[in-house]
Amino acid sequence: MPPEPEGETPDLTADASTPAVQITHLRKTYGQVTAVDNVSLTVAEGEIFGILGPNGAGKTTLVECAIGLRNPDSGTVRLMGLDPRTDREEVRQIVGVQLQSSSLQSKLRVVEILDMYRSFYRNPADMNELISTLGLTAKRNAYYRSLSGGQRQRLSIALALIGQPRLAVFDEMTTGLDPQARRDTWHLIDAVRDRGVTVLLVTHFMEEAERLCDRLAIVNHGRITALDTPAAITALAAGGKQVRFWPSAPFDDHLLTSLPEVIRLEHDGRYITVIGSGELVNAVILTLHAAGITAHDVQLGTSNLEDAFIRLTGQQPAAKGTLS
Amino acid sequence: MNASSTRTLPRTAPPGALGKIVLNEARLAWRVPGGLVSGIGIPVVLLVIFGELPHFHQHLAIYGGDTEFEVYVPTLIVFSITMLALWGIPNQLVSYREQGILRRLSTTPASPLWLLAAQVVVQLCITVTGIVVMIVLSVTAFSATAPRNYGGLILSIALCIAGLFGIGLSIAAVARTSGGAGNLGRVAFFPLMFFAGLWDPLANMPQWVQDIGHYTPVGAAVEALQDSAQGTFPPFAPLLTMVGYAVVFIIIAWRFFRWE
Repeated sequence: MPPEPEGETPDLTADASTPAVQITHLRKTYGQVTAVDNVSLTVAEGEIFGILGPNGAGKTTLVECAIGLRNPDSGTVRLMGLDPRTDREEVRQIVGVQLQSSSLQSKLRVVEILDMYRSFYRNPADMNELISTLGLTAKRNAYYRSLSGGQRQRLSIALALIGQPRLAVFDEMTTGLDPQARRDTWHLIDAVRDRGVTVLLVTHFMEEAERLCDRLAIVNHGRITALDTPAAITALAAGGKQVRFWPSAPFDDHLLTSLPEVIRLEHDGRYITVIGSGELVNAVILTLHAAGITAHDVQLGTSNLEDAFIRLTGQQPAAKGTLS
Repeated sequence: MNASSTRTLPRTAPPGALGKIVLNEARLAWRVPGGLVSGIGIPVVLLVIFGELPHFHQHLAIYGGDTEFEVYVPTLIVFSITMLALWGIPNQLVSYREQGILRRLSTTPASPLWLLAAQVVVQLCITVTGIVVMIVLSVTAFSATAPRNYGGLILSIALCIAGLFGIGLSIAAVARTSGGAGNLGRVAFFPLMFFAGLWDPLANMPQWVQDIGHYTPVGAAVEALQDSAQGTFPPFAPLLTMVGYAVVFIIIAWRFFRWE
């Protein structure tokens, strides 16, 4: 998809007549702190939509308001056209949720937990099929407390899917998982989408958002700072410029970081990578030349979503495998 | 917080869902048998010890002709109820809240209130089992006189359970951590057991201690249970005392229960 929005908080309206998620001017404050500040977004049915932002950006509050766990101060939420607060019974039948940091009874077996959750829904999924899809067959009679982090997370995802939801909400579903378990989970989300389920995905991992999401909203300080496809956000935010070289003599980083074109600078052995926008290459080369330094082996590149994230939020994204 | 959002009571989950929750809570009660041990095991062991003491079987005028053992049976029944109400219920519910289990449930068509209800049902079953075991054992193994007024007995037990479970649910409502719930439970437990006559039957206490005892839920319960055992329907005073505690504490629990 081509990048199209130019405004500060673009509100892309999807094509489908009844969107899976429609949030309009949502606001939630805790005392003096505004956790969610005038957020509007629309998710089309069948989409994987990401909400990406640093820790404490308001992602979880936004999602909790969206699924009716919290009452927003103002604004409206519609899930499949329903209000999660007034139509909560119906909404809970069609929306499956995997919450961050929620546990289960340690001495219940996998199959007992699933069977209990299954009984809550009018039209539940086939339990054995779900168990095998999620790779829990060998663990079906294991106690919850004996499961590894990845297995617990898969069980949590299974619980979100057991009611055959039309919308699945996953909050930080791969936080704390090792890289292999994370990639397995991504395959799973692809499979979920292939069944026609809309997915709302909260994450602070760049790679995850880039890999999975059709569109994503970058949230910071409770506001949406960008909303588009991952590729479009990257292009929009960073201007897509990178210069890599090794200098003929060492110099103070400030020489380049003080330039308006430069966003940041990275050292990698003798090499230096400068990320920025506009006439980045000219600015860097000319500034170095004026200081009597030659840039050797100059390579140009385009920046990725990670650079966009830093540009849009002013923060480093979480490193791979970091626990939140 | 916005209590109204999570307190909406019935949801349209299919029938049988509550049964599944109760089943799982019963499994947990069996697999993590702290409640069984403290609610049935300890009081039954005490009952057997008291039953084996020869001087506990003398008929004494101060107990209206009953033996000390017979006086202790109602005390141990109240002890069992108190154990489950003050430790079993708050401990379980507060840890469910701490672990996000209640919150997790509130994202489904089931209500976290169902889990609370299932807990009460399971603890109730343990309590009733313990009471039946103690009464049967005291009569068959230790030749205590069988209770003579069953209506009074059942009513007294029901009101005692309501009052003490109300206190337990209130502790679960206000305690922020399971550690805090444990502390509140202990603070309430020892004075209650004193007035239930666990250390010495209330009849041996000074009059003013007995007077205070009558207005505690446990003192009232022991009094009503003793009357029922002796064959008279309990007077209104202890029954009303228990009703009062039940109403007040169930309202407190309902009003202040935090789901997350």
